Amino acid sequence: MSVNYFPAEFEVLRNTDKCIKCRACERQCANEVHFYDADFDKMLTHDDQCVDCQRCVTICPTGALKIHKNPNEFRQNYNYTQQIMTENYRQAGTGAVLLSSMGNPLPYPVYWDKILINASQVTNPSIDPLREPMETKVFLGKKPNKMSFNEDGSVNTKLDPHLELSVPIMFSAMSYGSISKNAHESLARAATELGTYYNTGEGGLHKDFYQYGPNTIVQVASGRFGVFKDYLETGAAIEIKMGQGAKPGIGGHLPGAKIREDVSKTRMIPMGTDAISPAPHHDIYSIEDLRQLIYSLKEATEYKKPIIVKIAAVHNVAAIASGIARSGADIIAIDGFRGGTGAAPTRIRDNVGIPIELALASVDQRLRDEGIRNNVSVVVAGSIRSASDAVKAIALGADAIYIATPALLAMGCHLCRSCHGGKCNWGIATQRPDLVKRLNPDVAYKRLVNLVHAWDHEIKEMMGGMGINSIEALRGNRLMLRGIGLTDRELKILGIAHAGE
Amino acid sequence: MLEKEGQVRIPSGCAISGFISRDGNMISGEDAVKSISYMHDRSNGLGGGFAGYGIYPEYKDLYALHVFYDTNASREQTERFLDRHFDVVNLSRIPTRKHPNITNEPLIWRYFVTPLPTKMASSQLPEKEFVAKCVIRINNDINGAYVFSSGKNMGVFKAVGFPEDVGEFYRLEEYEGYAWTVHGRYPTNTPGWWGGAHPFSLLDYTIVHNGEISSYDANRRFIEMFGYKCTLLTDTEVITYIIDYLNRRQNLSLEDVASIIAAPFWSEIDRMEPEKAEKLRYFRNVFSSLLITGPFSIILGYNGGLMALNDRLKLRSMVVAEKGDMFYISSEECAIRAICPDAENIRSPRGGEPVIVTLSEEGKRKCL
Ligand code: SF4
Ligand code: SF4
Repeated sequence: MSVNYFPAEFEVLRNTDKCIKCRACERQCANEVHFYDADFDKMLTHDDQCVDCQRCVTICPTGALKIHKNPNEFRQNYNYTQQIMTENYRQAGTGAVLLSSMGNPLPYPVYWDKILINASQVTNPSIDPLREPMETKVFLGKKPNKMSFNEDGSVNTKLDPHLELSVPIMFSAMSYGSISKNAHESLARAATELGTYYNTGEGGLHKDFYQYGPNTIVQVASGRFGVFKDYLETGAAIEIKMGQGAKPGIGGHLPGAKIREDVSKTRMIPMGTDAISPAPHHDIYSIEDLRQLIYSLKEATEYKKPIIVKIAAVHNVAAIASGIARSGADIIAIDGFRGGTGAAPTRIRDNVGIPIELALASVDQRLRDEGIRNNVSVVVAGSIRSASDAVKAIALGADAIYIATPALLAMGCHLCRSCHGGKCNWGIATQRPDLVKRLNPDVAYKRLVNLVHAWDHEIKEMMGGMGINSIEALRGNRLMLRGIGLTDRELKILGIAHAGE
Repeated sequence: MLEKEGQVRIPSGCAISGFISRDGNMISGEDAVKSISYMHDRSNGLGGGFAGYGIYPEYKDLYALHVFYDTNASREQTERFLDRHFDVVNLSRIPTRKHPNITNEPLIWRYFVTPLPTKMASSQLPEKEFVAKCVIRINNDINGAYVFSSGKNMGVFKAVGFPEDVGEFYRLEEYEGYAWTVHGRYPTNTPGWWGGAHPFSLLDYTIVHNGEISSYDANRRFIEMFGYKCTLLTDTEVITYIIDYLNRRQNLSLEDVASIIAAPFWSEIDRMEPEKAEKLRYFRNVFSSLLITGPFSIILGYNGGLMALNDRLKLRSMVVAEKGDMFYISSEECAIRAICPDAENIRSPRGGEPVIVTLSEEGKRKCL
């Protein structure tokens, strides 16, 4: 066996007093960490294959298992950390770009955690959501700037196409291929029951899911996988994916191993070939090209569907958003640098892009300064982790939010960040039939519905505390926010005052 | 140091009152003073004011600008600006009397003006828009000058003090109008700035308001996209701009305006007949950022009428009553009884239900 140069990242601890050698962990672990040694009548482990997905810990009937970080330490070095050293060993072994999945885990500032929410006292009553109506319905789309009237003087109520959400939360793009069919089904059914939308991602739409079309956003990405007439017509809205927060500026790559029969049909590519999304759309090299694509899609769908343009939060995001707002898009989705992914080069995921909080604040302000905020709705993604993050995002100016990681958590994901390996023990980020069947859509969709309901209750609770009984009065209401421990510069970008002011 | 209104947002509670003679009979400002004095405890002496309609019949086609100046220098600068943009037909100090409870008064001037046709033509703006822009410019750009009234045949009078003292200070018994509104303020701290007292006005729209809206910044950041500047950071200011935007600039009726700012709940809309529901759904979608939440009761005054409106949960008191051609609106019934002991049809309008009272045909003939 060749020398690895670095130790296992995790260590499996098995309490042999508790273990009954049922071998459930062995059967459940797609990474083949656990095995039974008949000679010694003992359960043993390959620690180096463990990704800490917690599947065995959860499944073990006697609670005999614990996974912990391998306490073995390289010599302390604040510059060359153990992680950086390990990555270099790994690359020296493979000669390859490092791959990662899920969101950026590094300790960058999380602005959500440095923003506090207001509540009413004395001068203005709080409102009890259990006793009074509390509204979280949202419309997404272009609003007219000038009223028009019919011949008889009544208001002309014709509008550009809109999406109607009963909660300001949607499931953001995750392609069939990067996640399993059961995961997709769970998202589609949950979105339908919740009166919101899920997003196909760039992998096309499986024929079994056309029935959920009214609650589906279909994506058109640079690879154009699975894009054809029926696909466009089935969705409630079309999203043009220009970028993704986890990997701004680069495309995607789904390895041929994941392109099994159904995925190949849905993506409309041969089985076993790698599905490569180019970095740019090869027909979009500037904003005027984007305009052409937007209008081609509108023409193709007879102007009946709103067009979303999704971009990654990069340094000049405000100017880009302003360009998009003038190019015919109905909705802009902005994805922050902590957003998740099924696979991305580690260096890109961990170093490219900016936090969604700052991107959102500057985009919303820029669009208002230019008087074009009405041209588009703004949806934000890229690590909105809880109902309070959602409230803060809406108060900063978002019309609605996209969630993906919390949706995966609801389905069992433990953020082991190994999706790119395709062996997700929770049946989510995998196409292996034996693993996929672990995810029961009947259970998972219910858990998704529960999650969003719970967030919605919490959002209402916080709104009531502020004396606000409709979500639109929260949108852009930055007076309801205060910063804590932020510099003047950060406060200025966020457009909020400091706590105590 | 305490910050001035506009540098800081100050929550306040308040008393409001108003009445109109539908037949256009002239009523002395004294009645407005008397009415508000019965709600003394709803103010705390930190702001009071009045708006009178039909008070300048001799100049009824001219815009009456009431201006506060901190210094003579700011007055001179403003007058130069006015001369460049308007034909100034008459100017004078607004007559006041010394009052022991009213101190620190600024210079208070009044101008009757009409826009210069050449200036207006080159601005390519309709007349009202031109005047509104000029007012906003003076208030933003000229240090120490503040136009606090700018409509035709109407005027706002306000100061730091209890409203009844403010009325005596401005000698309101010398004015007669077909409609009056009045405001007593209960701010939670004291900037002591006269411009911050209410009513707030733009052109002939005036607002007196009791409440503290929770949607403030959402409303402000939206309306500022359309050329308004919320410099005072008060609810009244943003509500006035919203009404100006919807009623004057978008040509929506006051009923429609009310159904936007105090929109019915979705559950109510769903129960309405389809045509009405469709319109309200459209409004809630298109003007979602103009929904006002949190407690408010307002009286909007404009040339020819008054509108009373409560927030949709009715978190602030407001009653209305009638007697003959008179119509009364007030935070409390006592303020109506004070000037009309045998008022009839006293009722408390529902949350979000606008009560709009306009001059009768006879009243219009007499006053407009
Ligand atoms: S699942 Fe638990 S009890 Fe069963 S073999 Fe594994 S560690 Fe032992
Ligand atoms: S989806 Fe599966 S593989 Fe990906 S992080 Fe979650 S548990 Fe791990």
